[in-house]
Amino acid sequence: MRRVYMDANATTPLLPEVVEAMRPYWMEHFGNASSIHLDGQRAHAAVDQARETMARFFNCHAAEVVFNSGGTEGDNTAIFGLLHPGDHFITTSIEHSAILEPAKRLTLDGVETTFVAPQLSGLIDPVNIRRAIRPETRLISVMLANNETGVLQPVEEIGRIAADTGIFFHIDAVQGAGKVQFDVRRFGCHLLSISAHKMHGPKGIGVLFVRRGTPVEPLLVGGSHERRQRAGTENVPGIVGLAKAAELAMHSLEDGTIHRLAALRDRLEAGIVALPGTGLNGAWDGDKPVPRVANTTNIWFDQLEGEALVIALDLKGVSVSGGSACHSGATEPSHVLMAMGLDKTRARASLRFSLLKTATDADVDHVLRVVPEAVEHLRALSPVAAGTLG
Amino acid sequence: MTQHTTIAVAMSGGVDSSTVAAMLAHQGDTQARGSASVIGLTLQLWDQTRLAGRHGIPDAPKAGRCCSLDDVYDARRVAEHLGIPYYVVNQQERFERDVVRPFVDEYLAGRTPIPCSLCNNHLKFDQLLLTARSIGAGRIATGHYAVNEFDPARGRWILKRPTDLAKDQTYFLFGLTQKQLSRTLFPLGRLTKPEVREIARAHGLALAEKPDSQEICFIPGGDYKQFLTAYLEEQGEQVPETAGELVASSGEFLGRHDGIFNFTVGQRKGLGVSSPSPLYVLNIDPASHRVTVGADAELATRSLRGRRLNWISIPVLTAPMRVKIKIRHRHEPAWAKLEPAGPDEVLATFDEPQRAVTPGQSAVFYDGDEVVGGGWIV
Repeated sequence: MRRVYMDANATTPLLPEVVEAMRPYWMEHFGNASSIHLDGQRAHAAVDQARETMARFFNCHAAEVVFNSGGTEGDNTAIFGLLHPGDHFITTSIEHSAILEPAKRLTLDGVETTFVAPQLSGLIDPVNIRRAIRPETRLISVMLANNETGVLQPVEEIGRIAADTGIFFHIDAVQGAGKVQFDVRRFGCHLLSISAHKMHGPKGIGVLFVRRGTPVEPLLVGGSHERRQRAGTENVPGIVGLAKAAELAMHSLEDGTIHRLAALRDRLEAGIVALPGTGLNGAWDGDKPVPRVANTTNIWFDQLEGEALVIALDLKGVSVSGGSACHSGATEPSHVLMAMGLDKTRARASLRFSLLKTATDADVDHVLRVVPEAVEHLRALSPVAAGTLG
Repeated sequence: MTQHTTIAVAMSGGVDSSTVAAMLAHQGDTQARGSASVIGLTLQLWDQTRLAGRHGIPDAPKAGRCCSLDDVYDARRVAEHLGIPYYVVNQQERFERDVVRPFVDEYLAGRTPIPCSLCNNHLKFDQLLLTARSIGAGRIATGHYAVNEFDPARGRWILKRPTDLAKDQTYFLFGLTQKQLSRTLFPLGRLTKPEVREIARAHGLALAEKPDSQEICFIPGGDYKQFLTAYLEEQGEQVPETAGELVASSGEFLGRHDGIFNFTVGQRKGLGVSSPSPLYVLNIDPASHRVTVGADAELATRSLRGRRLNWISIPVLTAPMRVKIKIRHRHEPAWAKLEPAGPDEVLATFDEPQRAVTPGQSAVFYDGDEVVGGGWIV
C-alpha cells in the first residue's frame, strides 16, 4: 500500500546527505573528542566544524552553541538552570510538555509560573506577557512555532519586552527549525532550544543556544565537555548529522522549497476544508491570516472522533496525528487547542497534518482522495450523528 | 472495503485475548496474505495512577492488572510480535460515566454492583464494534470463554456456555444484543485454559504463563470501600451519611453501623457484632439505612425478580419456562420456573431456596448450555 507521511512535526526521516555525513563517525573516526591523540583530534575537528555550522544557523558565536540530547533537554536546562526559589517564571499554556512539566515541578521549589493563554487564533499577545511581569520575574519562555497549529509566535516583540525589563528569554524553537530563518540576535533571546530530528537530522541530538554571559547552570555535571555547560561524551555522529541537516535546512530556506511547501499545504487544507463540517484551527485572526510555518495545518471535523480518524487514515496509508498520546498510547485532546478555547469535543475531533519538505503533489492528491472517504464513513457510523450500535 | 475480512481483536494484555490475536493473525497468514486482516485494539478505561496515594491506595499500581500500563505494554508487545497494527483507544471518560460512577452509586444505595457486566452491556462491546467499523473491521473477537453460534432454525444468534466450564464467562455477557453477537467472535469457546496457554506457547508469546486477573480492573487491590472513599474524595464529594441500625431478623437492636456501603447480602465478616452462632447480612434497606442480619438458613430465598432484561435465545419471554438460573459468577445454576411479571420484569421461583440473592447482581437464565437471557436482580 502507498504510504504518505504527514506527521513531520512528530519526526522526520534523515536525508541521504545526512546519513552519508555521519557514516565515517561510527567506525572509522570513532574517537572521543576529548582524547589527546589523533583519533580524538579527528572527532574534535568534526565537532568544531559542526559548531561553526550551527553558529551560522543561529547567527551566533560558536562558543554559544551547546550540543545536547534534544529539545527536552534544552527546555529543561533553560528552566532548571536559571530559576531559583522565589523566582517568577512566565510561559504560555500552549508550550510543549518539556516546558510545562518542569514549570509544574518547580512550583514545589517555590518558583511560581504564570501560564499566559493564547487568543482563539493561537497567537500569544505580547501585551499579556508584559502584563504578567513582576519584580521577581527571572525568565520568559515562549515557543517559536506551535507544534499543533504551526502558528508562529511574536518572539521578536517578546524579546524586546525581555530586553526592556532585564528578564531572561528562552525560545523553544524545536518546531521552527528548518521552517523559518533563525537569527538569535533579532529574536532577542538568551536561550534557544532545537532538536535535529524535526529537520531531517538524527534523533537524540540537539542544541541549546546560550547567549554569552547567561548564568545558566548545567543540568548534567561531570566532565568538562561543552565548556562545562553540558557534561557527557559528545555524540559525534549525531553532532555531524545535526550540522549537515542544518546546512541543508539553511539551503532549502533560500531555494524556494518553503514556498513550494506552503503551496502544497494550502492546497491540502483547501481540499479538506471544502468538506462540509470542517474548519481550520489557528489559521485566522478575524479576517487576517495568522503567520504559520509552511508545513502545518490543523483541521477540525464535526461529528467524528479524531482518534478513530487517525486510525482509519493510518490503515489507509496516511500518517497524521490528533491530540497528544498519553502514557498508554491513547489519545488525549490537545491541550493547545483547548487553551485556544476549543471545547473538548472539537479539540478531540481535530487532526494535524504536517508535511515533510520532500512532500509531493502526488502525496497531497492521495491524501485528498483518502480523507473525504474516511470522513464520510466515520460520520455515517458516528454516535454523535446517530444512535450507538446495538 | 475490507469490511468483511478484517477482524479487530480486543486485547487486554492477558493470555486469553493475546492468544485470540495470535490465532487469528496466523489464520490471516495462511488465508489471505498481505493485507492487515487482524487489528489489535485496547480500550484505555481507567488510569491506574489516578487515585494513587489517597486513602491507602498504593502510589505505584501493582503489575499485571487489567488496563494498567503493564497490560498495555504486554498487549502492544504481542501485536508487535505478531506484526499486526495495534491501537489504544481512549474511553476513560465514558468508562467513568457508565461504569465507575454507577458502581459507586449502587454501593451507596445499598446494592452490590457487577461492574464487568455494566461495562460489557454499556461500553465495551458497543465501543469496540463502533471503533472496529470506523476503521474498516466488520467484526470483533475477544478472549471471553463463551460460544456464539447462529441458529438458522430460530434465526437467532445463540450464546452458549464454553467447553471449559471453570472459565465460563457467559454470566457477564447476558446483555449482548443480537446485533452485537452477529459481529462478535469468541474463538476460545471450545478450548480449555490449559489448551489456550499451550497455543500461546506455540506462538511464542512471552506472556503464556501470565496469571489470570480476577479483580475488578479499576480496583487493583480489591478493596472497594477504600476505592469508594478515595474516589469520592477526588471528586470533592462527601461520603453520604448512611450509618444506621444493625438489627436481628427478630427486630432486636444489635448495634449501629458506619454506612450501608460496607455491607453486601450474605456477608459474614466485619459486621461488628458478636454472636454465639455466625451472623450474615440478610437485607440492606437503603431508605432507613437499616441492615438486618441473621442465621445462614435465613439467607435462603425462593424467588427473585429481574428487571432490565435482555433475551438471547428467545425474542421475549411470553409464557412460563423451566430454566436454570445463575445469580452470581461463582454460583451453580439452579432450577427455577421463570415467568413474565410485567413489561420488563420476570419472576423466578426456584425449586430449592437459594442462598444470598443479592440486589444489584444479575440473574442469568440457562436452557441447557444456552443462555436464554438475563436481567438485574431488584
